Amino acid sequence: MSATTKVRESAGDRLFMIVVTLMLVVVLLVVLAPIAFIVASSLSSADAVNAGRVSFWPVDFSLHAYHVALSNSQVLRGYYNSLIYAVAGTAISVTLTVAIAYPLSRRTFFGRNVIMTLLIFTMLFSGGLIPTYMVVQDLGMLNTRWALLIPNAIGVWQVIIARTYFATSIPEELHEAAMLDGASELRTLRSVVLPLAKPLLAVLALMYAIFQWNAYFDALVYLKDTDLMPLQIVLRNMLLLNSNRAGAADLAQQMQALQLANVLRYALIVVSSLPVLLLYPFVARHFTKGVLVGAVKG
Amino acid sequence: MSTTMQHPISPPAVREPPVARRGRWSRAQQAWRQHWQLYLLVIVPIAYFVIFKYVPMTFNVIAFKDYSPVRGPWGSDWVGLRNFQLLFGNPVFAELLKNTVILAFYLVLASFPIPILLALALNEIRVGWFKRTVQMVTYAPYFISTVVVVSMTILVLSPRAGIVNEGLGFFGADPVNFLGEPGWFRHIYVWTDVWQTAGYSAVIYMAALAGIDPALHESARIDGASRLQRIRHIDLPGIMPTAVIILILGVGNTMAIGFEKTYLLQNDLNLGVSEIIPTYVYKTGLLNADFSMATAVGLFNSVVNLVLLLAVNAVAKRVTGNGLWR
Repeated sequence: MSATTKVRESAGDRLFMIVVTLMLVVVLLVVLAPIAFIVASSLSSADAVNAGRVSFWPVDFSLHAYHVALSNSQVLRGYYNSLIYAVAGTAISVTLTVAIAYPLSRRTFFGRNVIMTLLIFTMLFSGGLIPTYMVVQDLGMLNTRWALLIPNAIGVWQVIIARTYFATSIPEELHEAAMLDGASELRTLRSVVLPLAKPLLAVLALMYAIFQWNAYFDALVYLKDTDLMPLQIVLRNMLLLNSNRAGAADLAQQMQALQLANVLRYALIVVSSLPVLLLYPFVARHFTKGVLVGAVKG
Repeated sequence: MSTTMQHPISPPAVREPPVARRGRWSRAQQAWRQHWQLYLLVIVPIAYFVIFKYVPMTFNVIAFKDYSPVRGPWGSDWVGLRNFQLLFGNPVFAELLKNTVILAFYLVLASFPIPILLALALNEIRVGWFKRTVQMVTYAPYFISTVVVVSMTILVLSPRAGIVNEGLGFFGADPVNFLGEPGWFRHIYVWTDVWQTAGYSAVIYMAALAGIDPALHESARIDGASRLQRIRHIDLPGIMPTAVIILILGVGNTMAIGFEKTYLLQNDLNLGVSEIIPTYVYKTGLLNADFSMATAVGLFNSVVNLVLLLAVNAVAKRVTGNGLWR
């Protein structure tokens, strides 16, 4: 910081800074406004929401919607399922990602370039929805929890991030030292590399956990059984089906359902995003690091 | 293509003169003992990529067949290009292609420059807490699920109690049924996407900006360059390589635009502009069980995508010298 030797800002530059700052304030408000609206509505009474009296602050504060949302058996079931998918999926994904990224990061690993090219090719060209569905079907995974855990278990981007991390932050000398001490590769990985790669493991775990928590497409395609549905599908059914079919439904019936349904929607949005939002401050720091590590050297 | 089980090469450690045969042999043995576990480690992940990425690619043959679930992808009868002829002859196809292309290019055009502007602006800010706050807040929507973003969009834009229509009402305008009018669909899709991803995408540019040598700025300042001039002549060229790669990937992804969000935003009223190739594949393939036709559509889509990527990459390399690979 060169606070003392500061070059005097010209009038033009000061004006420029004011414009930039104002612009960023506008950006800040645009991003925050919808979120504030949703949260405020979820904390307001049904009457106030339906009358359109809520903007960015709760009107007639009420937790009723949360009470209803959290006592709904479908929502709880979805929560439970998503928790299973997130935990199991993260464990599987992180393990497999490390299993391929670590050897690919070793310069002595023969065939690493061929393997890497094959992985990157899958980012550019994919088999498509129907052929992938056929594979999942042939493996007997349809309508089982495996369908959400296995077909998307490894992300190529995550492999790149992990490989770059191993290659750049674990010095080659450590491998040599471990080898001289007679450690096998797996032993080196377990006792030397992984303890040093905790930040990486955290980033991978967070990425995969959030991916699982937010995913709905695979469940839509592969699952039929309502008992297996993750939270996002439950949300879709409750939040979206029939809500945007404007003017289609019979008015009297709609009015009745609407009374609570509307507030319930706001509360559901908050409740379902809460785990991610609570993790967020912690997540953001590590994520930025992960994105940067991946971006520096593809 | 299984290239996994090759012999490992010995570590490039000290190369001793050929002493006794036994010493050399035992060293090779030791090298193998050191490395075989790495090959063991990659077996499962490689199997994953073969089964879930490469096998589906071969299943694309059913685009040229009359697929029968009983006889399987390889046993079904060949029909040549019939599925493609049916597809290209179908008036729906022109509509699909048009919707997909317009939506995709609109998305690239809007979501490419905004993160750059955001990163440049943030880079100028010297007040730490303000910079961090803007970054934290703009980054956050990236973690919200598609289902929730679409639900929020619908609630915020609701004609009855949405905040946008409240605002319009404040200025005396009539409420607009945004999701019911086809004309609004593309704008909603693209700008909610920008809302969700701009902060996240800006991080990559921030990293590129942080990598620029401060001495360049220092000397430019001494030469009397204004902030705007420094952005134009130092920052922009500095992030150029990153921007080009992001643009290539963006255009290369054009045809792969989101099934997830489009499907959720779709309704009977906007179907005319919101039916894109991915949603059509889902509906014909899985809901109507016409596997061959849906695969033909999907294959067409993937090939166009790949061709676009290669073309943009070639042009970018010509013009700027930067590409995805050397």
